[in-house]
Amino acid sequence: MEALIALSIGVLTGCGVYLLLRARSFPVVLGLTLLSYAVNLFLFATGRLVIGLPPVIVGGGAAGSLANPLPQALVLTAIVIGFAMTAFVIMLALRARAELGNDHVDGTR
Amino acid sequence: MKAHLAILPILAPFVAAVLLLALRDLPMATRRWIATLSVLAQIAIAIALLQAVAGGEILVYRLGDWPAPWSIVLVADRLAAWLMLATTLLALFAVIHAGAGADRQGRHFHVLFQMQLFGIAIAFLTGDLFNLFVAFEILLIASYGLLLHGGGAARVRSGLHYVVLNLVGSTLFLFAAGLIYASLGTLNMADIARQAATVAPENLGLARAGGLLLFAVFGLKAALLPLFFWLPGAYANTAAPVAALFAIMTKVGAYALLRSDTLLFGPESGALAGLYEAWRLPLALATLAVGMVGALAAPSLRQLAAWLVIASVGLLLTAFSADTAGIAAGLYYLPHGTFAAALLFLMAEALKRRRPASADFFTPERDMPRHALWGGLFFFAAVAAAGLPPLSGFLAKFMILRASAGGPGIVWVAILLAALFGTIALARAGSALFFSTRTVEPPPPGAPVLLVDQHPGEAADPPSGPRELAAIFGLVGLILTLTVAAGPAVEFAEAISRQLAAPELYIHAVLEGSRP
Repeated sequence: MEALIALSIGVLTGCGVYLLLRARSFPVVLGLTLLSYAVNLFLFATGRLVIGLPPVIVGGGAAGSLANPLPQALVLTAIVIGFAMTAFVIMLALRARAELGNDHVDGTR
Repeated sequence: MKAHLAILPILAPFVAAVLLLALRDLPMATRRWIATLSVLAQIAIAIALLQAVAGGEILVYRLGDWPAPWSIVLVADRLAAWLMLATTLLALFAVIHAGAGADRQGRHFHVLFQMQLFGIAIAFLTGDLFNLFVAFEILLIASYGLLLHGGGAARVRSGLHYVVLNLVGSTLFLFAAGLIYASLGTLNMADIARQAATVAPENLGLARAGGLLLFAVFGLKAALLPLFFWLPGAYANTAAPVAALFAIMTKVGAYALLRSDTLLFGPESGALAGLYEAWRLPLALATLAVGMVGALAAPSLRQLAAWLVIASVGLLLTAFSADTAGIAAGLYYLPHGTFAAALLFLMAEALKRRRPASADFFTPERDMPRHALWGGLFFFAAVAAAGLPPLSGFLAKFMILRASAGGPGIVWVAILLAALFGTIALARAGSALFFSTRTVEPPPPGAPVLLVDQHPGEAADPPSGPRELAAIFGLVGLILTLTVAAGPAVEFAEAISRQLAAPELYIHAVLEGSRP
């Protein structure tokens, strides 16, 4: 499972960086989205990958190993913020397309 | 009252922002009053906070009253209070200047302005790394709105660069925070410092990678070489009061670097101590040099001011790279550099309005009305920005030179050469703006500035001159105060750096401070 998660994060990051370096704003926005997916997965893995462990509240008080709940809270925050930022940057890219007449990130062809 | 003092600087702008959003149908004059009163209240809070922590006490505010490493804490020490005071004083004159017309060119200017102050206040006061990320997001999204305020092709183009780069920076911040949590098991800044001392060898690499990624993120915010390319376009194209307020934004990055340098990776952090040492000074000196070269090549006063902001970050981080005395000198320089940069942006706007054909570009133009006043003000701003005697910039630079006397000789060479280049660039600007006049046809009246935020039937603004002058003279007064009160200011800066040199006080206050 570690290899699969690591590979997914790596592929997402690689594609995100590649798209970020494109000259048009639409691939750049897609690249940002892929990067934020990669970082969300990464944050999720920072609590270490475990299978079949209870969440923080254990019925009957049998405290032992738990799934770390904090990364899940961090991921939730990151998803919400990332979502808002993506919406904003899409609007900005559309505005730039309208103001500058093309969708090159530098505004010139 | 004192128990809640640490959260008041955050609450005041937030309440004002919500209020301004709810009352958006009021006439602009009323909204301007609300915004100004809010900033005045924030100054009063910042002064109260400064008095409360001046004796060395560290105020810790546990949100939800959870014990420290498990919850988010706000921590007000001398450094945070000093920066809050500088921010709110700058904001006062920025908001007064915005009343000269900039706030009508788009919607919700004052809401975004207060949200910006809200984000900056959290960034200075938080004691939690992930909360610092959230603070950065708040101040960034407000800054996106402010940067694009008023619209126009140039603003949108440089705004797109700024937004995309900062979104990448935010992603890197999340990677860094994740690495730190994965290797040290905590995000509380005091707890990170404590855990770093005993980090397991197999996690050391992860922690170092996380720490250095943080350096890159803060370097991007601070416009450190090679991550400064977003700054000249963004600052030079935005509205003048926004650019003036943004003069503090690079200092937020510098603050985060200083805090992680002295606390997270401070002398007691074991294998992680001094993580930034190899990178800090060379990059700071290179930033200083590149900033000054850019200033020499700038074609307009706004571009020149933007490049000087970069150079000022370089000088600030050079100072922070020296020992305790260097940090003290840098902390005295920080408000001066911020006020001087803001003053230059406001002067550029004033000159732009009075030079119809060539705006603030360094091309000949017909003689402007009241040239003695504007020339004198520009001279003052240039002396302040170049760090020449007798103003506080010179005192700060002298202290930085004295503090780095024991360091590598290249520091002196770089600082002195940068001062020379800065003086040349500003002298060139002044002679082009004021001495080379020619008769030019007044240009045909362009499209009138679109006033978006004006209700039908609302009276037009009175002439903008008095507000503009009030803001400019206010900043001049701040710089003069910093010069005259150099004694107490330097003493306080030294007290800050002594507190920073003893991170165990901070750690103890956060993790073992008395429970309420």
